[in-house]
Amino acid sequence: MAHPSTYHPQSGAARWLDSRLPVPRLMHDQFLAFPTPRNLNYWWTFGGILTFMLGVQIVTGIVLAMHYVPTEQGAFNSVEHIMRDVNWGWLLRYIHAVGASMFFLAVYIHTFRGLYYGSYKAPREVLWILGVLILLLMIATAFMGYSLVWGQMSFWAVTVITNLFSSLDAVIPGLGTKLVQWIWGGFAVGGPTLNRLYALHYLFPFVIAGVVVLHIWALHIPGNNNPAGIEVKTARDTVPFHPYYTIKDGFALVAFILVFAAMVFYAPNFLGHPDNYVPANPLQTPPHIVPEWYFLPFYAILRALPNKLFGVITLLSSISILFFVPWLDTSKVRSTSYRPIYKWFFLAFVITCIALGYLGSQPPEGWYLVLGRIFTVYYFAFFLVVMPVVGLIERPRRLPGSITESVLGPEETKAVPAAAPHRRTPAEVAS
Amino acid sequence: MATHETPLDPSLAGDDEPTRRDVILIAAGGFAAIGGAAALWPLLDQMNPDQSALSMATTDIDISHVEAGQAITVMWRGKPIFIRHRTEQEIDKAKDFAVDDLPDPLARNANLTEDAPATDDNRAAKDRESWLVMIGICTHLGCIPKGQAVGDYKGEYGGWFCPCHGSQYDTAGRIRKGPAPENLAIPPYAFSSDTKIKIG
Repeated sequence: MAHPSTYHPQSGAARWLDSRLPVPRLMHDQFLAFPTPRNLNYWWTFGGILTFMLGVQIVTGIVLAMHYVPTEQGAFNSVEHIMRDVNWGWLLRYIHAVGASMFFLAVYIHTFRGLYYGSYKAPREVLWILGVLILLLMIATAFMGYSLVWGQMSFWAVTVITNLFSSLDAVIPGLGTKLVQWIWGGFAVGGPTLNRLYALHYLFPFVIAGVVVLHIWALHIPGNNNPAGIEVKTARDTVPFHPYYTIKDGFALVAFILVFAAMVFYAPNFLGHPDNYVPANPLQTPPHIVPEWYFLPFYAILRALPNKLFGVITLLSSISILFFVPWLDTSKVRSTSYRPIYKWFFLAFVITCIALGYLGSQPPEGWYLVLGRIFTVYYFAFFLVVMPVVGLIERPRRLPGSITESVLGPEETKAVPAAAPHRRTPAEVAS
Repeated sequence: MATHETPLDPSLAGDDEPTRRDVILIAAGGFAAIGGAAALWPLLDQMNPDQSALSMATTDIDISHVEAGQAITVMWRGKPIFIRHRTEQEIDKAKDFAVDDLPDPLARNANLTEDAPATDDNRAAKDRESWLVMIGICTHLGCIPKGQAVGDYKGEYGGWFCPCHGSQYDTAGRIRKGPAPENLAIPPYAFSSDTKIKIG
């Protein structure tokens, strides 16, 4: 929430800077003293984890760029050169490659948390939309980064995905072909394509960082949502961000890094595909093209439709429908914990996304195709039918009177009214 | 800084009448918008295929060693070109089908008009119906269909089979089954002699 500043400059130099560029005041008010609901659980730690992952990807990406060669002849070999010859190159590349997977793992958990606890509802719609925008930018960035390896999977993933645009030929003949050749810079995926994907792969993370700043800004106006889904009513409902959530986020981050490191050191290729260690060959398509795991649900949705144009439209809709969630959900109650009917539909939605992920990795034939279609229908029905209808017919459970009550229970709240664990920050002590 | 003491520009006094200042404002804004759009064009157009890619490279192919029933793949403009020397049975199989029943009834042959129907005559080389020359890129999402090598699975129609999403092409390269919307495209080409093809 936009709260009154509690910053008090401690020295002449700090006062001098404060009246010129009050960055220390901003840091203090937004990241130390920021009043945060006292009941946030561990699902709320992924925002910090994601910020860390963006930093990891940018730092490792910049150093990898010092050795990578974005040409048709040089790309694959330069990646192998990084793996074999460059000092610590194997570590930097594995951190970057596994880091992409960990980044997506974190962003999906973060997104499902927002969906479950209704974090998209008023007054946090803009916050949610910026988040979906970051997700879209991440998808584009990860796709372009994967192409740079210039192995068989890289090459054919670029071919298949850029060819999606040629489906526009069904709308205006020639438009799709023209567009695809503009993307390729030629008549097929080749050197010019690789070079521009590289340029954009370097650019996009900084665009993401910019939108992340807006995302945090939009978060700090209404303040955090919380597991009870009710607004902060009194100062007792909050604790300062530091030390309470710096410690909690830090602990979660360490646990996350343990998993990350285990993957980097013990199973760096577990989530990859062996075909991408074969250099790109424009004359031979691998028998089974699959995207990285984090795109599999979308790939299953694309293949569920027999028509190329409708497949592409459905694929794009499956992500962009998230933009409209704040207005599709008609329930006044934010947290799914208090929604006895919606809860089950939500669980079915989580299962649907996992099932689509599995089906995306299988060939699109027989039962796999039938199931893919069934789950695709539910994926969209969840947003277009369940969200508006259940919100109207459902009778939610009684909400707690306050955030403090949701933590301590109604009796305790009344019995010890002064029990708020508000620890004074050093700045407050000084004042 | 201007204060309230600054005499008002008389042209700002009447707010209903269009004034000289309005005209200047709209004209300046319009020019800035057009100039901005014009400056944007080189930034966008640089991504289109460049002159070296556009220079309509031609490729000469010697096909004297390709026996009936065999096929070769060559590169043209960075794309694989399928050249198949068809057997009598394959030709008969392609002819023995009504064009109207095809998913894509157009020939997609760059050497003919755009509305030419997808008959076997319009798909095969002119006056040399045993030869079929096509761009070997699936019209669905751009994979390379199987069917060129002797041992390849050629699909139910004996032509080509795309392993990515299961599109099946017949012995004239026409889409018969699966998600691909169009027949395999035929590039501009001509026989320069009985054993040589010039593509492009």
